[in-house]
Amino acid sequence: METLVDLSRLQFAITAMYHFIFVPLTLGMTWILVIMETIYVITGKPIYKDMTKFWGKLFGINFAIGVTTGLTMEFQFGTNWAYYSHYVGDIFGVPLAIEGLMAFFLESTFIGMFFFAWDRVSKKQHLLFTVLVAIGSNLSALWILVANGWMQDPVGTVFNPITMRMELSSFFAVLFSPVAQAKFFHTTCAGYVTASVFVLGISSFYLLRKQDLPFARRSFKVSALFGLFSSIAVIIMGDQSGLYVYHAQPSKLVAIEGIWNTEQAPVSWSVLAWPDREKHENLFDIRVPYVGSLILNHNFTDPVKGANEIIAENKDKIVKGQQVLLQLEQFRKNPQDTSLVAEIQANSEYLGYGLLLKKYTEDVANATPQMIDQAAEDTVPNSWPLYYSFRLMAALGASFFILFGFASWYSFGARDAYERKTWLLKWALWWMPTPWIACWAGWFVAEYGRQPWTIFGILPTYLSTSTLSSGELIFSLTGFTLIYTLLLIVELWLMFKYARLGPSSLGTGKYQFETRGK
Amino acid sequence: MEYAILRVIWWVLVGVLLIGLMIMDGHDMGVGTLSPFVGKTDSERRAAINSVAPHWDGNQVWFITAGGAVFAAWPLVYAASFSMLYIAILAVLWTLFLRAPAFDYRSKIANPTWRSTWDWVLFVGSAVPPLLFGVAFGNVLLGIPFHYDDNMRLVSDASNPIMGFLALLSPFAILCGLVAFSMTAAHGGVYLTLRTEGAMQARARKAATLFSLIAIVCFAVGGFWVGHINGYVASNLSPIAQSDPLAKSVQIVQGAWLNNYHEYVWFAVAPILGFAGLILSIVFNTRGKSGVAFIFSGAGMAGIILTAGMSMFPFVLPSSTDPRSSLTAWDATSSEHTLLLMLVAAIIFTPIVLTYTSWVYKIMRGKLTTARIEENSNSMY
Repeated sequence: METLVDLSRLQFAITAMYHFIFVPLTLGMTWILVIMETIYVITGKPIYKDMTKFWGKLFGINFAIGVTTGLTMEFQFGTNWAYYSHYVGDIFGVPLAIEGLMAFFLESTFIGMFFFAWDRVSKKQHLLFTVLVAIGSNLSALWILVANGWMQDPVGTVFNPITMRMELSSFFAVLFSPVAQAKFFHTTCAGYVTASVFVLGISSFYLLRKQDLPFARRSFKVSALFGLFSSIAVIIMGDQSGLYVYHAQPSKLVAIEGIWNTEQAPVSWSVLAWPDREKHENLFDIRVPYVGSLILNHNFTDPVKGANEIIAENKDKIVKGQQVLLQLEQFRKNPQDTSLVAEIQANSEYLGYGLLLKKYTEDVANATPQMIDQAAEDTVPNSWPLYYSFRLMAALGASFFILFGFASWYSFGARDAYERKTWLLKWALWWMPTPWIACWAGWFVAEYGRQPWTIFGILPTYLSTSTLSSGELIFSLTGFTLIYTLLLIVELWLMFKYARLGPSSLGTGKYQFETRGK
Repeated sequence: MEYAILRVIWWVLVGVLLIGLMIMDGHDMGVGTLSPFVGKTDSERRAAINSVAPHWDGNQVWFITAGGAVFAAWPLVYAASFSMLYIAILAVLWTLFLRAPAFDYRSKIANPTWRSTWDWVLFVGSAVPPLLFGVAFGNVLLGIPFHYDDNMRLVSDASNPIMGFLALLSPFAILCGLVAFSMTAAHGGVYLTLRTEGAMQARARKAATLFSLIAIVCFAVGGFWVGHINGYVASNLSPIAQSDPLAKSVQIVQGAWLNNYHEYVWFAVAPILGFAGLILSIVFNTRGKSGVAFIFSGAGMAGIILTAGMSMFPFVLPSSTDPRSSLTAWDATSSEHTLLLMLVAAIIFTPIVLTYTSWVYKIMRGKLTTARIEENSNSMY
């Protein structure tokens, strides 16, 4: 059973991370294309049309695999997380279905128009198509992050003992959950940063090689400015998301920060430490005073609860949950007798904590004190992976702000000096893989930090899977990894080829490699 | 609105999504299947591919949305069908993966080996999924081996995963697969007739007629066969109770899938529409009216899908090993609140989607000649 859970998690992680290679670039590239095409429509300069088409070509190479890997995400909850789907489908299915109806149709219908309708409609109409693609792709991010936000902070839902599942009580609570909204803006802005680094890096490559300079200069400037605003937004929204973690998921916060005992205000902040899960302490710890209060909860009066206190509180919840679970079992045996329903629902906030015991015993009534201790210990995820991936993400986030700051300053402020700043161009070029590392690190913090839950406080990960054999999981995991890797290799090969060719790949006859021979 | 009415509406809406999927995604799958055969030169194959190039991605969203809608409206069906048919669903997904890169990457390199490789990749990605959809439908008609345990966890009753997968390939299920495969190939053939010219158009027309005939024959054989396989009959099933599949009792009765047609004679419109649509599609297509033929082949597919759904109603996913665990339109749905909310979403967005979809088809209408492909070699697929 545990192997099955681990393999299911690994498969979800791998397929989601592959998918998230393509998604952030799509989210940001669509807006960069909108900016370029808008300049084209306003100024009428053909170079901006070529820019839209060329960056659109690279965008298309990326988009194809984004669509492919996205298919898995829509169906994997059913194939591999059947109990999860059963238990929360009444709520979780809603944003996914609306995502399809409202966002995917829009994005996918007009992406075809973006590529193929250049000669069939007016300039303005074509711009409208590009805008619709951008809106569609960003709306799809909205709905999927509403779904994920709900997994982090499950609002607007009640447990129904008759159907044995969570059911929706308030759609608006789910949609306007502040956790979901902060996540949406943080994630989409991260996508804008990713796309900006992509365009800035490739433009720098042309500038370094003195290839298609007018084309490269304009692309550089557009991405520098868009990236600057996006990198500021991603930091602000990241800070907001962090604040919601403090309120909604204290167990994730203490793991990220390596806080074992409750700290009174003003709280210091750990810069470098090695959190030890077994001993509940940090082996070494370099701390800056006051900063913790500033960034963790935005005030200098409230304490920050430590892991030990959280575990003790959760132990109480598990004991209460054990009782609710027993009542539920009693009710399931005799469903005609509905006298227990009200009581079960009144205490259903503890039900999930009771379910944590199922990892250790089927017979929850006779769970030993050791099992309860162990289940309580589980409620705080392992600290060091979160501690370091969070700091990696945050440091990269800051680096993007600095990079775009320099790039914008030199290209807009100090006129055209940037072309001679080879250190800046090389930095932009070599920095190209880092936004993806930051995105992955961020998702790792979000998902690993929520453990041991799939739905925080409601459904343990251990219970969420389908009843499959390990053999089936090994088969599918191998298949997904092989196919995705193969597709990624082809994608990267084409991407490098077309990025090197530059705008000459449009076949207009105006660019490098086309004019040189003439 | 009453729970029972909402549940019927959602049964209809899932049907509409499946029909939409087969009509929209179906025609570009048909084109992908036929392209290596009706296109003899690179330019001809490009003409076939470019007839769906601006649309295939939007069409594929019917598949994704159908998945999402089943998740939201029938979470129990979503969980049970995809996890209990694990290997089969993987095969569908893995072959569908091939379509996006095949469409987008084929034209990026001029090398003939590169292009013919992607032609066959596109063929597999377009031919296998409809075949497997049909096989899956066949197995749903036969019943899937699963049951619920005390905690409402799904448990598979197949002896082991490999045998379980091979067991899906029974003769009846393969026949259903052939129906789905040949009707999409026919539908794609009609679409190609509409969008191409000359020798290629003639080949597409021939293919459409051939596959329509195969679909008609297989559908007719399936109709007789269904009278001899096990059907399911439920009792004690309440349309307004909260969704608990284990509250009912179910009998397995041979030929029971035909009961609905005795009880409600008007249900016969579904199979009649199936046959009439495909026959009229052949008639109009051979007379050069491929636009009308396309509408009729779509209607034929709708009739065939409706026939499967209406024969089983109210069953959606019967269990062959523990019939009580079977899922029906009455006891596998979301809560009343969620069904109503999703209905509102569907009422708002479906007309919008249909409107802009027709708009983009209108913009891109017209014949795809090989001359046009060669003129726009850099911007077309």
